[in-house]
Formats: sequence, C-alpha cells, structure tokens
Amino acid sequence: MTKDLLIARGVEVAYGGKRRLNGERAGGVKVLHGVDVEIGCGETVGVVGESGSGKTTLGRALLRLIAVDAGSVVFDGRNISRLEESEMRPLRRRMQMIFQDPMTSLNPRHTVRRILVEPLLFHRVASGGADAERRVRGFFDRVGLPVSCLDRTPHELSGGQRQRVGIARAALLEPDFVLADEIVSGLDVSTQAQTLNLLKTLTRDLGLAMAFISHDLSVIRAVCDRVYVMKSGRVVEEGRCEDVFANPKNRYTQLLIDAIPLPEIDPGWLDRDVAPEGT
Amino acid sequence: MTAPILSISGLSVVSEFDARPILRHVSLDLEPGRTLGLVGESGAGKSTIAKALLGVLPRTVRITEGEILFEGRNLRILARRELRAIFGDAIALVPQDPMTALNPGRRIEAQLTDGLRLRRGLSAGAARVRALELLAEVSIAEPERVLSAYPHQLSGGMRQRVLIAAAFALEPKVIVADEPTTALDVTVQKQILRLIRGLQAAHRTAVIFVTHDLGVVARICDRVTLLFAGSVIESGLTADILSAPRHAYTRALIAAGPRYDRPDAGLKPVPEAVVAQTWLEVAGPGRQG
Repeated sequence: MTKDLLIARGVEVAYGGKRRLNGERAGGVKVLHGVDVEIGCGETVGVVGESGSGKTTLGRALLRLIAVDAGSVVFDGRNISRLEESEMRPLRRRMQMIFQDPMTSLNPRHTVRRILVEPLLFHRVASGGADAERRVRGFFDRVGLPVSCLDRTPHELSGGQRQRVGIARAALLEPDFVLADEIVSGLDVSTQAQTLNLLKTLTRDLGLAMAFISHDLSVIRAVCDRVYVMKSGRVVEEGRCEDVFANPKNRYTQLLIDAIPLPEIDPGWLDRDVAPEGT
Repeated sequence: MTAPILSISGLSVVSEFDARPILRHVSLDLEPGRTLGLVGESGAGKSTIAKALLGVLPRTVRITEGEILFEGRNLRILARRELRAIFGDAIALVPQDPMTALNPGRRIEAQLTDGLRLRRGLSAGAARVRALELLAEVSIAEPERVLSAYPHQLSGGMRQRVLIAAAFALEPKVIVADEPTTALDVTVQKQILRLIRGLQAAHRTAVIFVTHDLGVVARICDRVTLLFAGSVIESGLTADILSAPRHAYTRALIAAGPRYDRPDAGLKPVPEAVVAQTWLEVAGPGRQG
C-alpha cells in the first residue's frame, strides 16, 4: 500500500438549514452520513452510485469546495476541513478538478490558449508568458490535441477535444490529486475510450492520484484500482475493483452490477431479479 | 416473415443550408410486435429517422428521396388530415429526457388526458378513468396522487413511466422510443426496459428503439440497424450482429465499450483507418466530415 495522500474520516455534509455561530448546522438535509475514504499517492479510486447517492457532494467535500459539517479531510498530512479559503489557496494548485461538462466549465469567450495559460500564471507554475506557452504546447501532443486548437474557442472543438482541454487544464498545474466527476458520461463510446485511455496514461506518468466519480460501473472497472459504492450518503461497499466486481458482498452492489446490460444475448435478464436479501 | 407495419426505403435527407447529406438512402423494415434497435454514435442520423417517423423534421432539413410506408401508405404523399391520425397517434413517441418532455406548469392529469380528449373525444371524466388505468398499467402505485401532481414532484423514473403511459394511451401501432433510458440510473433503466417489453407484448406494439448502448440493444431488440454518417452499414438479427458482426466498424464499436466483466478487453477506440474506410464506403472519396 502506498502512502495515503487524502484521508476522509466520518465526513458529514448537510444542505440547507441554518448555521449557528459555532459552525454547527441546525436543520437542513443531511446528504453524507459519516463517509470514510482513503486515497493513496498515485492511486485511482472510483466512487460509484446512483443519482442522489452523494457521490458529487463527497467529491466536493474532498476538495473542500463545500463546508464539511463533521469529520475530517486530511490532505498530505494537513486537516483541510476547517481551513479558511485564504489558507486553502496555496493547496488549490495541488488539488485539481476535471468537470462533467466542458461546455459549461470552459469560458466560451476565451481561446483555448488563454484557458490553459492563465492558471499557469495565476498559480505561478510558469515563470512567465513564454514559459507558459511552451508548457502548453509541450503538453498538447501528450493529450492528443492539434496545436491549431490553441486559437479556437471551446465551441469550435469537438466534445472529445473539449474534454481533453479540461484534462490538460487540470494536469498542466502538476497537481497531486485530481477529481474527475462524470467526465465521460456525455461522450460517444469511441471518444469515451480515448478519453479514459488518456486519463490512465496521464495519472500513471505524472503519478497523479485521482478520485473518479461515475454512475457507470463498467467505466469504473476500466480505470480504477479501488472502488467505493455509495447509497443514500453512505459507503455500502469498498474494496479492490477485481474483488468487488468478482464477488460483491453488499446486495446493493450486486443489484447495480446486475442492472448493467452487457452487449450479449441473455433472454432471462429482463425478468430476472437479484436474489432477495438473506438468500 | 410477416408484412412490415412500417417500412422505410431509400430515404435521403439533406440540410437546407449547405445540402449536406444527413440520411443517405436509409432502408429499414419493422414487423408488428417487434423491436428494432437504431444504433450509432452522435450524428449518425438515429434521431433524424425518429423525427421523420413522427413528422417533426425541423424546417432546416428536407427529404430529397425515398418513402416511408406505414401500413402500406406512403406518408410523404398523404394529405395532412390523414397524417394527423398517424403522427403522434398511430405512431407515438417515448422521448429521451423525462425532465424536459413534460410541461412543468400543468398537472399530469391534464397532460395524460390531452390525447384521449382531443383525439378520441373522451369526456374529461372518461379520460380520467382511462388515465388511472394507464398509470396502473405502468406500475405506478398511487395513480390518484400522480394524476394531481406536477412533473417536478415526481422522480425521473416516475416521469418516464408517465411518458410511457402517455405514449400507449392512444393504443399506437408503432412506438418510437428515442433513448428513453439514457437519463436514468441503471436500476431504473432495467425497470423501464422491462415495462416497455411487457406493454409491447400485451398490445402487440412495434417499437423502434433509438440508442447508442449496444448492451440495451442486446437485451430488448429483436433486430438492429447500425448507422454511420446517415447510412445503414449493417442490419440484421441482434444475436447475429453481436456474435458475428460483418462490418469492421460494427466490430470496432463493440470493442470500444468498457465491460465490467472483461476489464482488459474494452477501451479500444474505433481505429482511424476503420473510420476513414467507412466514410469512403458511405460518402465516396473526398466527402468526409
């Protein structure tokens, strides 16, 4: 087991309600009920669950994009769950995010060059404009984007290319950890395969740790080392992908796996239910 | 082979702006009570075919040749009055997105009884009784509560059930299901597929199932038609095509999808050479993209 990079313990998050002066929340709807997650350096961890299971909220809590009501999130030995935004800022470069929909997460009025160069200058990864440009161009080959894309705006790119820009934007900052939330759900299977292969290569070559959130168990199986299965704000099963998929212990995990239609003829599938609990 | 209830032959559609081909000589047959899968990546023309079948092609495109025969009648030359009894009536739609397909400002009862009152002339009371039956048929436990609800008060799966009930309300002969489960969770998807299959068997409805998911095709479609750039590249029994695809593009598409049971087999993007060769076949030299 590699060294732990990100450790979440008993994370609770609620939305709505009122915040008391001591930081506690009164009322509101609890969406995470004490979640434990560990992500090792360079490890790719999947978070899977259906809509409303809390997987996106968990991702946001790991990046400290939302307030954590109880529990702790420790990043590289430092508890970030109570840090002020100004204290978080130096850490932001090291924790990046790839967004679900590049069409809404990339500024439509900026060129791809500006989208990629600006964060490099902001976080002082590049020493100046020329250095930033050199880094961006050097990276383009790696993510399979033609240099001609540099002067285009996001809507002039294909869906796959846009997603690569989103990946490049995050990876160029040389982070230790990246959160990828449903990043291939809108793509055609061939483009999806290309994007996932790119992500696998990048995380391996750059030693990146990644939390990969998806509702698609087949995608999770293809890219992740370990997986957390979430339901109603709790982790119901956790383990190495090969073990969980070969021998799911929790009934909900079994239900999720069985519900995936494989491209094979299986006449009984539609009428078959997973065996009820206790059998 | 029984006579097809719906038959498309040599259908070509072009864009009005630049005469770019959107469908190229598409032909397909649908038998009564059967399910035909329409598969392809985005831009392959699946939705254009669905729209042509429902008479809702946008004004920006034009049919240039071919016919659509419904029960032997050519829909391209039928009078508008006769088409009214076919589009949205004998041929009905189950839409893709249950979040946007329902009017957020009207109760389910009003939306579910529109067709029954306006097209079948049922009274409001009779339409309500029929709507309750329909909701029971799509396995909605509290039909009374759902009838008086607004769409936002229902889950995605419930809304999709309501839309299926609405599609079956006028007892259509053909249902066009346009990616009806893409927006749903997998466990809900399975319930919805089961529901469509059950209703279809009970009413002997033919279904055209538009999807990009070959797994869904394998589990619900008798036959499948694969589209690429507006052309049919392969068509046949689902079992045959999945086990022995003839076209290189079909083989590549099957290999591209990740599979949880074979983690090492998936994630092979369709090779550029295969894409180029397929373009050459469908559009001839120099007509790519």
